[in-house]
Amino acid sequence: MNRRQFLARLGAGAAVTSAALAGCRPKGGAISGSGDGEIPTDKMTYRTNPRTGDKVSILGYGCMRWPTVNNGSARDNNDAIDQEEVNRLVDYAIEHGVNYFDTSPAYCKGRSEHVTGIALSRHPRNKYFIATKLSNFAPSTWSREASIAMYRNSLKELQTDYIDYMLLHAIGMGNNGMKEFEARYLDNGILDFLMAERKAGRIRNLGFSYHGDIAVFERALAEHDKYQWDFVQIQLNYLDWKHAKEINPRNTDAEYLYGELAKRGIPAVIMEPLLGGRLSKVHDHVAARLKQREPEKSVASWAFRFAGSFPGVLTVLSGMTYMEHLQDNLRSYTPLKPLTEEEMRFLFDTADLMMQYPTVPCNDCKYCMPCPYGIDIPGILLHYNKCVNEGNLPESRQAENYRKARRAFLVGYDRSVPRLRQADHCIGCNRCTHHCPQNIRIPQELQRINQFAEYLKQGLDLAPAIQKTK
Amino acid sequence: MLRKIRITLALVCLVLITLLFLDFTGTLHAWLGWLAKIQFLPAVLAMNAGVVAGLILLTLLFGRIYCSVICPLGVFQDVVSHISDMRKKKKYRFAYSPALSWLRYGLLAVFVIALVAGVGSFVALLAPYSSYGRIVQNLFAPVWQWGNNLLAYFAERAESYTFYRTEVWIRSLPTFIVAAVTFAIVTVLAWRGGRTYCNTVCPVGTVLGFLSRYSRFRITIDTRKCNTCHLCEKQCKASCIDASGHRIDYSRCVACMDCLETCTHGAIRYISVSKAKNEKSVREKPSVDKGRRGFLTGAGLLLGTAALKAQEKTVDGGLAVILDKKVPERKTPIVPPGAGSLQHLRQHCTGCQLCVSVCPNGVLRPSSDLGSLMQPESSYERGYCRPECVKCGEVCPAGAIGKISEAEKSSIQIGHAVWVKENCLPVTEGVSCGNCARHCPSGAITMVPMDAEDPASPLIPAVNESRCIGCGACENLCPSRPFSAIYVEGHLVHQTL
Repeated sequence: MNRRQFLARLGAGAAVTSAALAGCRPKGGAISGSGDGEIPTDKMTYRTNPRTGDKVSILGYGCMRWPTVNNGSARDNNDAIDQEEVNRLVDYAIEHGVNYFDTSPAYCKGRSEHVTGIALSRHPRNKYFIATKLSNFAPSTWSREASIAMYRNSLKELQTDYIDYMLLHAIGMGNNGMKEFEARYLDNGILDFLMAERKAGRIRNLGFSYHGDIAVFERALAEHDKYQWDFVQIQLNYLDWKHAKEINPRNTDAEYLYGELAKRGIPAVIMEPLLGGRLSKVHDHVAARLKQREPEKSVASWAFRFAGSFPGVLTVLSGMTYMEHLQDNLRSYTPLKPLTEEEMRFLFDTADLMMQYPTVPCNDCKYCMPCPYGIDIPGILLHYNKCVNEGNLPESRQAENYRKARRAFLVGYDRSVPRLRQADHCIGCNRCTHHCPQNIRIPQELQRINQFAEYLKQGLDLAPAIQKTK
Repeated sequence: MLRKIRITLALVCLVLITLLFLDFTGTLHAWLGWLAKIQFLPAVLAMNAGVVAGLILLTLLFGRIYCSVICPLGVFQDVVSHISDMRKKKKYRFAYSPALSWLRYGLLAVFVIALVAGVGSFVALLAPYSSYGRIVQNLFAPVWQWGNNLLAYFAERAESYTFYRTEVWIRSLPTFIVAAVTFAIVTVLAWRGGRTYCNTVCPVGTVLGFLSRYSRFRITIDTRKCNTCHLCEKQCKASCIDASGHRIDYSRCVACMDCLETCTHGAIRYISVSKAKNEKSVREKPSVDKGRRGFLTGAGLLLGTAALKAQEKTVDGGLAVILDKKVPERKTPIVPPGAGSLQHLRQHCTGCQLCVSVCPNGVLRPSSDLGSLMQPESSYERGYCRPECVKCGEVCPAGAIGKISEAEKSSIQIGHAVWVKENCLPVTEGVSCGNCARHCPSGAITMVPMDAEDPASPLIPAVNESRCIGCGACENLCPSRPFSAIYVEGHLVHQTL
């Protein structure tokens, strides 16, 4: 589903590619070079890390979605990872100037570091930067010994004796973000240990990635003098810039997060530039609007250009499973054409428009899974979003497309999620909620979606079900 | 010409009735439902006097047209027999055999007694239309549904919502075996002896056969033209033409008109009695058949077969395993609203499986109990009796499940929910739940603290039985597996709240 939509999106680009290969350059090439088949190998935009002088490519490779032998993403299933394809992707990325690879002991169900290590070790160590994290989420790994063992294992799996960028992973997340931050990194002395490792040169840059409780972010920055953060990883995109708090009161607008970092001169590494794909799979109206401005560029390219346009951004991470993802992102960044002020305004208007559609801000990260009662939470939320984006969420029985939309919603629901795993089986135990980095009130959303499905099935008036829960 | 008309009409009826059983979307029955309602036995059980009178009149006028055009099991046998005919040197494979009247009338008598006594399972076993329904539902429908699922697979990849997946499952093993054995026996009998089943076992055939002796129009042999070549006798799938004696057993003739075209001398005509009064009068003799014994033994064995539920399951990597629900032990079976009472359903249902085929929620399945074998009953492991669905009542041709509106349905109490403390998650695991109360369409469940003194104690469901309609939403959506913490106990007589 994912890939097909992506390919469909790229369809135009691919046609142009083949045309270019055949030697007949399409007319109207003046608009921009990014629709072209040729991706230059020497045009990558680089940003300089003010602290170490590293020249970091603006496109960073996120290693959480490596492809599997069955052409899926290793984040979604347990199939074996396709090492050869990973090697190909890494080779292609390095060849085209990408030099930042971001992994974690938790990614791809614990297999990412190993696979990434194999692919990278085939290249000279000074050609790329490795970023990994201390992903001691489980209480069983909160002890000093377990956390250090996790760090040492990262070095081993990545076949290196130093880490370029080391992160405290997702601070602020959890039921009680502050308490978990303290338990994971402060009380056990792990942050001190990592700072010592930095001093010893085995960690070249130390930083953290942040989700959730803003107090933790503020505390970490308040103690910047003590910790000397070399970089910070935040979620930034044109929807979260001003609307993060609106989407969810527990989140913080990226404008504020970036501003705080810029104030202190801390380089920002950007995650979720596409908001888990929500900025590439947009409502038809939004897609049309973006395409109208730049017919030869992908919908996703806008999001990448947005994230890259901020000067304090060191690199923009993208978890690329398929060569087409990589190529499309390379087109956006070789070189990066920063957004003009007018284009920036256009994107903010687009964001305002997107906010009018009642999608659920699920990024399909699957941190909520597995639900103990077998509910396919992201499956349900994504189906709902898909219907919103495709205009299959009829507002009333009198709506013109009611019959067609009803069928698409209900038939598509059974296709995306087996009946036993649908929202009506959610008992509201709330065990999922605190795992969600987007702070979605999952049981309430599921019950709302179920109510909507129920109203469709019974052919009742839809008005009460369509309102978004705040 | 008469034969061609008969074949055309018969095939149309057969195909349409088959489609009626195959269609799981519930769209066809609005158009074709009448085909089920003109079937003889369902019409008798529904006390549909108009249809019964019409069929009797039809038979008294033209003979057993019903058997050769309307009855799907009869036409199905003709198809089998026709394929058998196409083998080399098998075109003229029949021969006259005397009727075995004691067996025919004996079976009819037992059948009528069973009907009056309300032994629905025996009635359902012999009823021809129902037998065919079971065969289609159990043997043909899975193939149809798999085909549909294949189309749905491609439709999904083409982003089309034209086809959707449907679940293929065996609803009741005994009924499946009954259907398979009936299919085997009927097919073998038809392959070898044409209409043996219709003229030996089928109670409807016997009743109509009795009437057709007096039919106005009938096949008549003109002895002046007949040279006793026996072609008609060898071609007669009912084995009712005694060419040597120029006699026809009208009780077994199904008015198929095959003999008309077979006779090379124009000695056979389909004419009225008065016109043929010069013809010789007809006598009949009993006939023997071997197949019936096999059928009855087979059926007897099946009644004793234990029920085994078919299970199918797919497990995905990132998802918790979900145990299949198991059927709780209900003291009284649940039957769909519209049935009125268990007794009414038992006495009127012919076990044709039309309601089972059309139930979109996986609720209805044939009973496996001896006394009600093959008759529908409800259970809520796969889905529940949803408020917007009244399909079973719309399709039932026998009046066993009456037609009701959605509004009526919401106030018919077919059972009541019973709470099982030892399965309830708030009690066993201390989590908050309330899914039964959240989904109860009649608001019969209130969540109350288990300990009346302590408002913070786990909330458990309190069922107000007087508001519960027994739809099974609570049972189906209860997270406790394999046995739900709340289940529905059926009622013998359905009340309107």
